[in-house]
Amino acid sequence: MDKGRVAVITGNDAIAKGAIAAGMRFFAGYPITPASEISHYCAENLPKYGGKFIQMEDEIGSMAAIIGASMAGAKSMTSTSGPGFSLMQENLGFAIMAEVPCVVVDVMRFGPSQGVATVPAQADVMQARWGTHGDHPSITLALSTVKEAYELTIRAFNLAEKYRTPVILLSDATLSQMSEKIELPDPGTLEIIDRKIATVDPEQFQPYEDDGSGICPFAPYGSGYIWYTTGIVHDETGFPATSDPDKLAIQIDRLYDKINHNLEDIVQVEEYLTEDAEVILVAYGSVARAALATADTARREGIKVGVVKPVTIWPFPEQAIKKVREKAKTILVCEMNHGQLYWKVREVVEGKAQIAFLGQYNGKLIKPEKILAAIKEVTVGVC
Amino acid sequence: MSANNGVIEKYLRTEKLPHIWCPGCGNGIVLNSLIRAIDNAGMEQEKTVVISGIGCSGRASGYLKFNAFQPVHGRVLAYATGIKLYKPELNVICIMGDGDCASIGGNHLIHAARRNIGVTAVVLNNNNYGMTGGQYSPTTPENAMTRTSPFGHIEPPFDICKLAETSGATYVARSHTYKPRILTKYFQKALAHNGFALVEAMCDCPTLYGRLNKRGTGKEMLIKQKERAVQLEKAKEMSTEELEDKFVVGEFVNKVKPEYTEQYDRIIEQVQMEGF
Ligand SMILES: Cc1ncc(C[n+]2csc(CCOP(=O)(O)OP(=O)(O)O)c2C)c(N)n1
Ligand code: SF4
Repeated sequence: MDKGRVAVITGNDAIAKGAIAAGMRFFAGYPITPASEISHYCAENLPKYGGKFIQMEDEIGSMAAIIGASMAGAKSMTSTSGPGFSLMQENLGFAIMAEVPCVVVDVMRFGPSQGVATVPAQADVMQARWGTHGDHPSITLALSTVKEAYELTIRAFNLAEKYRTPVILLSDATLSQMSEKIELPDPGTLEIIDRKIATVDPEQFQPYEDDGSGICPFAPYGSGYIWYTTGIVHDETGFPATSDPDKLAIQIDRLYDKINHNLEDIVQVEEYLTEDAEVILVAYGSVARAALATADTARREGIKVGVVKPVTIWPFPEQAIKKVREKAKTILVCEMNHGQLYWKVREVVEGKAQIAFLGQYNGKLIKPEKILAAIKEVTVGVC
Repeated sequence: MSANNGVIEKYLRTEKLPHIWCPGCGNGIVLNSLIRAIDNAGMEQEKTVVISGIGCSGRASGYLKFNAFQPVHGRVLAYATGIKLYKPELNVICIMGDGDCASIGGNHLIHAARRNIGVTAVVLNNNNYGMTGGQYSPTTPENAMTRTSPFGHIEPPFDICKLAETSGATYVARSHTYKPRILTKYFQKALAHNGFALVEAMCDCPTLYGRLNKRGTGKEMLIKQKERAVQLEKAKEMSTEELEDKFVVGEFVNKVKPEYTEQYDRIIEQVQMEGF
């Protein structure tokens, strides 16, 4: 239902709408539950905007096609779930290496292998960080509401374009199918970032020459430039630089630096009632909703609970955790998995607060009551 | 400008030469034929994208002054599909080894052909995996020796042209490195073709396949190609036994069918006309 600019839509539709609002004009996908509706929306709506949709023969092909389209200048996206996300990893590495902007949506299902397609989990968090081989950075955003699905998809494109890198969006099976009312912003009010385009004389153009900002201008195919690139470690010319150890290190550093030197711009984290909190809940995605509700209930019961909600889970919001670890007695990480972001939080807490973990991996969302019980358990003898 | 009318300087990154290919390798001949076809076709370099697979043959894109890249092994046609669909005005040329195209990339091959998307596929078939050291590929003939079939190969080979034809390709041809001018002719027709076009170039890997199968030097293998090649018309009259260790050459398919990106553009037109 679209009523004026207010709409009641699902998480999957919000992602597709957000992407089109961000300027996405190429989508390639392969059917998979619980992500297929994103494909359906794009198939039906992209032609209206002159955009292109294709159902590829598999997810390897989908990932390849969106990278190809982006090299020709498109803002491009694919969406999938665990099995497909696994198949995309090699090509994802090429996009990182060749610095091609694109957005990959992983609607997380439960379990390894086929797992359970229709129920949620948050178990692809480390795959989003380290799924493709070799040293590389990752920008990954976790979605917790339909509103965020819309807004963070736009942000994912902005980050991809600005930093010339793939950006991963993690949704989950529940959010994908759940409808919520959101207000769709007037397209004119949105902040939309487009990649920096090469303007130098084509004779002078080097595809990976840093212009001082750490991000190299892009020359879409067909725009008058001729350039080469490869998934092999390359230097500023785009050609392999495999025999020079110094150049190898420089190229890997460049990939990291463009992210690490811009953490203030990239990292997004929300803090709720953290100022005086004795217990900090760290939760993201769908679990963050339960965590936020729990903070209110706990306070009514006299327990000072606050929430740190990483929106970018990669790069991880280390500063926010460093801030709360000084004051809080306990940091409780709540995730729908066997313990993934928990290890990162633990690393950043550095033993300065008690650290506890509430992991639920049964295909059910974590209920606020369960979090409250966990809080009471970990605070016995601490508060 | 040299005796080649400037073709070398125009299309090759001469600073990247000499190439990495072994003496006697067929890859250079195929590249030569391809460049001449591109020159004859008068393709604009900025409007042309060359994508090559991973393998000895895949190195070709790095020698060419085009928008070019080498992504990952086997996915050339899927990358090409994204580029061509988003910007149909670009010419997209895909250079693949037989392993890249028909083994790891086999799925993309049949589906690109089925869609009849207007890209040009150039397959350099040396009957083995060159870059990784001479293992069997999906085109290695039965009984042949490779590093992974040390007792003789027991799998039947694919006929890449037949595979492309039955999958829906609308231009399919095969020739070999003893006939570089014919290769050029086929490449040129493929480049001009509106739809999925595939040209298979039989070319030798004397260093690995040739040595393991005692085929002699690169020169001897090249001369042998002439004897092994059988014209399509003639092949029709020959028995399977007579065709043993031979390959059929000629144009197998050349037909008109709606091209994929044009069909998609018609959808856009229709949807936009109806308004939304
Ligand atoms: C996913 C993946 N698997 C394996 C390889 C290793 N590899 C590099 S080239 C190649 C095969 C090359 O054979 P072919 O495509 O026939 O080309 P040629 O070298 O004979 O020209 C393989 C298996 C790789 N690069 N990537
Ligand atoms: S190994 Fe074979 S295919 Fe590779 S360059 Fe040498 S001869 Fe050519």
